[in-house]
Amino acid sequence: MIHALALLATPRLVHLSAVDLVIVVFYFALVLAIGFYLKRQANTSEDYFLAGREMTAWIAGLSFLSANLGALELMGWAAASYQYGILAAHWYWIGAVPAMLFLGIVMMPFYYISKTHSVPGYLKLRFGESSRTLSAVSFALMTVLMSGINMYSMALVMKVVLGWNIHFSIWVSSITVAVYVALGGLRSAIFNEVLQFILIWAGSLLIPILGLIEARGWSNLKLQIARNASAEYTHLWSTLGSFSGNPMGIHWTGIVFGLGAVISFGYWTTDFLVVQRVLSAKDLRAAKMAPIIGAAFKMFVPFIVIVPGLLALAILPIKLTGEGAAIATGGHSYNEVLPLMLARYCGPGLLGLGITALMAGFMSGMAGNVSAFSTVWTYDIYGALLHKNATDAEYVRMGRWCTVLGVLISVVTAYIVMQFLSIMDYVQALFSFFIAPLFGTVLLGMLWKRATPAGGFWGLFAGTLSSIGMWAWVKVDPGALAYVALSSQARDMAENMYRALWSFLVCVVVTVTVSLLTQPKPDAELKGLVYGVTEIPSEQDVPLIHRPAFWAVIVGMIFVGLNLYFW
Amino acid sequence: MRTAGSISIWFFIGVSLLVNGLLILGAGLYEWRVTPQNPVVLFHLHAGIWWGALLTAVGGLYCVHFSPRRKERAQ
Repeated sequence: MIHALALLATPRLVHLSAVDLVIVVFYFALVLAIGFYLKRQANTSEDYFLAGREMTAWIAGLSFLSANLGALELMGWAAASYQYGILAAHWYWIGAVPAMLFLGIVMMPFYYISKTHSVPGYLKLRFGESSRTLSAVSFALMTVLMSGINMYSMALVMKVVLGWNIHFSIWVSSITVAVYVALGGLRSAIFNEVLQFILIWAGSLLIPILGLIEARGWSNLKLQIARNASAEYTHLWSTLGSFSGNPMGIHWTGIVFGLGAVISFGYWTTDFLVVQRVLSAKDLRAAKMAPIIGAAFKMFVPFIVIVPGLLALAILPIKLTGEGAAIATGGHSYNEVLPLMLARYCGPGLLGLGITALMAGFMSGMAGNVSAFSTVWTYDIYGALLHKNATDAEYVRMGRWCTVLGVLISVVTAYIVMQFLSIMDYVQALFSFFIAPLFGTVLLGMLWKRATPAGGFWGLFAGTLSSIGMWAWVKVDPGALAYVALSSQARDMAENMYRALWSFLVCVVVTVTVSLLTQPKPDAELKGLVYGVTEIPSEQDVPLIHRPAFWAVIVGMIFVGLNLYFW
Repeated sequence: MRTAGSISIWFFIGVSLLVNGLLILGAGLYEWRVTPQNPVVLFHLHAGIWWGALLTAVGGLYCVHFSPRRKERAQ
């Protein structure tokens, strides 16, 4: 997407009026005001890094979702739905909901009861220092690099959509995020993420509403898509029987086992960027409810992301093309779907709110990355390796400096990417190397008490190495795709799914094998960390309507219903 | 979420929705009176007016319900 935006020489897509600019400026002023206001509530490390552990389930849940709901996500998946049809909704449904429910019901008790500050911190408690260091260093590095890529992407989008100067966008957004996160810590990041979540909906919801009015309802929309593209574009599962039977070139096994079982579980249950939000919950029940609330809202995000892409397929008088064709013809690419739809329906004021929604998405993602980086660096690298006897005040001071440092590294990354665009693909690939194996390590750590420290470390190491190896193999020899992704026709997304699946399996096999050959920890040392030796508070006295499991079942039933309806 | 002596996040959200709603409503009403040269698709539905009114109403409700003064009085 970014390559296309960088190279496109089209004039700006939308023109903001005075009232639109006032809305954008007011948004920046409000997020900064929140940061300054919350500074006085970020005095201890618990306040700064875990928001005092006093967030309600709603706040933690919305923030958990918002940290993931970046504008690249919004624009990227709207583009994907134009290109691949409703198949893109898999990333919101099977690619998120089961994992979020699993986090809430199965994994959250161990994260919460262990009182860890971070996911690497849990690995330290469960498997020891070496596993924590491997996980913390890779996470900190990748998080801050990804933040830089997001920053650069936002600046490019602002340039293409609004004609803004790229340096202006980078510095204004980065200074704003640095100020409000450095001042108020996680609490400020969470407050702003909830605000951004509301603005994203307020600014985006009109597109599908007006689009469906113009298309005269869902049934007519499907008919128009069948005429303009193909009827396959509106089926979620029925076209996944073969690689060539659907626009994405993917088989259902890749979606179910690669996306649904490994990538999704890896991201939603072990990526500290999102898990940190849930750790800020005020009690265990709130911590369990937060991901369930997040899952409930996640199910409906396709309405503001996927539906606009489908509407564009049916309604737009112009044909959007791939990157190469758009550059060659001076036309519009898939990636401009959301701004084009915004400009189609939104007049003054509404346009400003829509653009604010995109900016809010970028900034919530950036703030999520930076606050997670700051926590992992301070607790799992600075406190664990560099200054083991740091005081609480030193932790807070380091956290503030780290936030600023993280933003500066992101800015430097953004400028490096600007010079060498291909770096971006490598960094994104690097990030994906750690997710699936980390899930294997954390899952076995939580559910299998026989897993040993050596097993945990070598499993994580081998899983990561195998993922890098498979990626390099396909780069060197494209024919290897037939082995890694089970088909030479598999596209990038399918390759990612299968690589994640294999690296997870390698991690599990190595962890189990090494664990069976080495000495396990005594049960007493595993209390609060592992299923079977951890006392999880009973909910028998809690009314059914207040039980997380009850709501997880409700969300699960809606999830199944949506998949069947759009089959 | 609110802690002792702090302003609720929902109040901030109310302020945001109220200000944005009023601005959008005002712009919508102006466009209703003075039709723009290049109106957006479905201009006749005047989305700015009803969407702005909705945001104003929800924002106003949140501002009142989660007002710091109301909280002080309750305490």
